Amino acid sequence: MSDWYRDFANSGVGTTITKQLGLPRPAELRRYEPGQPLLPGAAVVGSAGEGRLRDELTRLLKDDGVTVVSPVTVDGGTDGERLAAVLLDATGLTGPTDLAAAHDFLAPAVKRLAPSGRVLVLADPPAGTSSPAQAAARQALEGLVRSLAKELRSGSTANLVHVPLGAEASLASPLRFFLSGRSAYVDGQVLAVTTAELPDAADAEQPLAGKVAVVTGAARGIGAAIARVLARDGAHVVAVDVPAAGEQLAQVANEVGGTAVALDITGDDAGPRLAAQLVARHGGVDVVVHNAGITRDKLLVNMDAARWNSVMAVNLQAQLDITQALLDTEGALKPDARVVSVSSQSGIAGNRGQTNYAASKAGVIGMVRSWAPEFAERGATINAVAPGFIVTEMTAKMPLGTREVGSRLNSLQQGGLPVDVAETIAWLAQPGSAGVNGQVVRVCGQSLLGA
Amino acid sequence: MAPQTRKAAIVGGNRIPFARSNGAYARASNQDMLTATLDGLVARFGLQGQQVGEVVAGAVLKHARDFNLTRESVLGSRLSAATPAYDVQQACGTGLEAAVLVANKIALGQLESGIAGGVDTTSDAPMALNEDMRRVLLAVNNAKTLQQRLSALAGIRPGQLIPEVPRNAEPRTGLAMGDHAAITAAEWEIGREEQDELTVRSHHNLAAAYDRGFFDDLVTPFLGLTRDQNLRPDTSVEKLAKLKPVFGQGEGATMTAGNSTPLTDGASAVLLASDEWAAEHDLPVLAHLVDAQTAAVDYVHGGEGLLMAPAYAVPVLLARNGLTLQDFDFYEVHEAFASTVLATLKAWESPEYCKEKLGLDAPLGSIDRAKLNVHGSSLAAGHPFAATGGRIVATLAKTLHEAGPGKRGLISICAAGGQGVVAILES
Repeated sequence: MSDWYRDFANSGVGTTITKQLGLPRPAELRRYEPGQPLLPGAAVVGSAGEGRLRDELTRLLKDDGVTVVSPVTVDGGTDGERLAAVLLDATGLTGPTDLAAAHDFLAPAVKRLAPSGRVLVLADPPAGTSSPAQAAARQALEGLVRSLAKELRSGSTANLVHVPLGAEASLASPLRFFLSGRSAYVDGQVLAVTTAELPDAADAEQPLAGKVAVVTGAARGIGAAIARVLARDGAHVVAVDVPAAGEQLAQVANEVGGTAVALDITGDDAGPRLAAQLVARHGGVDVVVHNAGITRDKLLVNMDAARWNSVMAVNLQAQLDITQALLDTEGALKPDARVVSVSSQSGIAGNRGQTNYAASKAGVIGMVRSWAPEFAERGATINAVAPGFIVTEMTAKMPLGTREVGSRLNSLQQGGLPVDVAETIAWLAQPGSAGVNGQVVRVCGQSLLGA
Repeated sequence: MAPQTRKAAIVGGNRIPFARSNGAYARASNQDMLTATLDGLVARFGLQGQQVGEVVAGAVLKHARDFNLTRESVLGSRLSAATPAYDVQQACGTGLEAAVLVANKIALGQLESGIAGGVDTTSDAPMALNEDMRRVLLAVNNAKTLQQRLSALAGIRPGQLIPEVPRNAEPRTGLAMGDHAAITAAEWEIGREEQDELTVRSHHNLAAAYDRGFFDDLVTPFLGLTRDQNLRPDTSVEKLAKLKPVFGQGEGATMTAGNSTPLTDGASAVLLASDEWAAEHDLPVLAHLVDAQTAAVDYVHGGEGLLMAPAYAVPVLLARNGLTLQDFDFYEVHEAFASTVLATLKAWESPEYCKEKLGLDAPLGSIDRAKLNVHGSSLAAGHPFAATGGRIVATLAKTLHEAGPGKRGLISICAAGGQGVVAILES
């Protein structure tokens, strides 16, 4: 599924035309491939106030083979090298006046940002201080980052990570994610990390080696992409889908060297059945991806009970029931398990004709947040990923106009790919992501909807 | 040499839904179907790239080019290319015979794992050159000079353009299998209604099994077909009663298109292994193949029905295992025709038949019909000849496993040429 407009806008004549007419100019996004360096160029680390993360950031970057240049070089503009990433340690903010330093650092650095560049701001959570002035300054960063994300062009993104005092070690995994091509379509987001017991560093190329991952709705679309990415990262994938999708499911399972399980997840005994098989065949499960979902769109006033109930059963109740069955079955869910639920932009912003779907997808967010403390206690995590406009077989059936407009209503001016959702899920599934829990990560290119 | 034998475990199975002839699989070849079936089995048990001890399968209707059908299917599948394979063919007994062959090698310690299967298409059936035409062309091929060639070609006649189409008929009698079955049905006085009742039960049992997800881990959809195309969940004795007889003659004709199996396309495969291999691979053991027996009858001159051989095989098997016909929790009697199942059961109940034909002191007796084909059989699913054995073995193994340990099941399959293959499974 190629983006014909993006390809046109990046062609010789297309560049001229789109520039002159002021049309959107979507860029080719930098996406992750195994063996790729973390960043294609140098990074600069600056700070606003006396932060505590700058040295740690510099060390982490250097460990990953990134060249770190000093802000002075940026300011002086002595060499013409473009920057692949700009990182701001804003943990030193005491009040709004310190924000000027953020501007002073960011403005010249962002000017030299290379295509598909990354701006990442690290700060304390606003709620973590009793000083109104400090909370104001910390909150102000959200406005700064979200606006900057909208100003950036050429596939660059800006995101904000809240790092409370004591959770510094949890930063490494989100840092790598946001700088890498894995986060290509994650833009203008705010992520909070927490303190967590972190495992020893895993193999960067195979972070899920030896792990068993179950993916529902794996026969096609985003689910199949999730299965591929999890398998690429080393996991044995147990691919689940309805019996009627068994042919495609078997193909996906065979492609990724996994196991196919034909199962209607809304069945009465679906959870216990799956749990029993995971215990017997795989000795339990490390990663659970609740991806299966359906749409049955109608305006609320015209919606029959069947449409409402089927969407709720698949998109929400099955996630609750299967997770509960895994928790209840001895040995099914590994202590340090990672559960990732697929929510949706509709669940955040709402969508006309999708009261049932949006309700189910908002419900998923409530479920994840409610379970997060219990999961944290056992060393596990549960998070949600909310895709925006993702180019799939489903969107290919939309009318051309609706599709074209829908896909451009975001800061990256293009639809995301199933692999973008899959990469985000695979990152949350990593052992090193232990400090990311109860979060909702939108994969929407900073969609204008529900931002 | 292995000091003693062991019982082969049935780990699981896979089949594609069976399609009616010239239906959903009209354009699929035997190799397409068998490869897809193997791939579904590979996906279910995570066997990608793995070497299985041996794959044994076959087809009844087979193109000449498919001389190495099973090996070619393995090469096209996701199994390791280092997996050996061979073809077998014993008419409708092919699938079960393949399972017995694999199980026996496992029992002897010659194999740790193996796949048994079968496939058949009546849609993509082989057509042979007219016999006269074939001889002319062979002569042309053998000719050395242009003159000889021209002279040989001169032997071609328009009539030779008519190809030889395979027929579902016995070469030695010229009778269709259904006609043979109709003779047996008449001999045993099998009524129309009891045949239709058996047929309805087969459809209802199969539909109920699908509805409760029983086949979720036994079937993988293929070419858009998710359930057996022949399955009629809403059929009834009243509906079947409206059908006209197609086999047999006159007033006494009872066999219709409803209570006879239709021509069908499909494939099945069963994964067998030693208990050790299954444990090493964290795979389940549904049941064990305990023993098997074949028999054949002289249906040409011997006054026995074409499809009655299982009636002879079962008592031999029972005697060897010290069992009676009633010592089973489930019976899988292949429904080639409803009348075949009923005639076989009646034969086992008959003191005269058991004494005179089977040489038994007492009849085998009757069985509890509630234990017969509990998840449907060929009348509902259809009967792609060589694929039926694999369907039955996997279905019965799962049935026994669900019922708990120590349960026993009997399989009885009749085959063309007056043959029968029977086996015992135990959970």
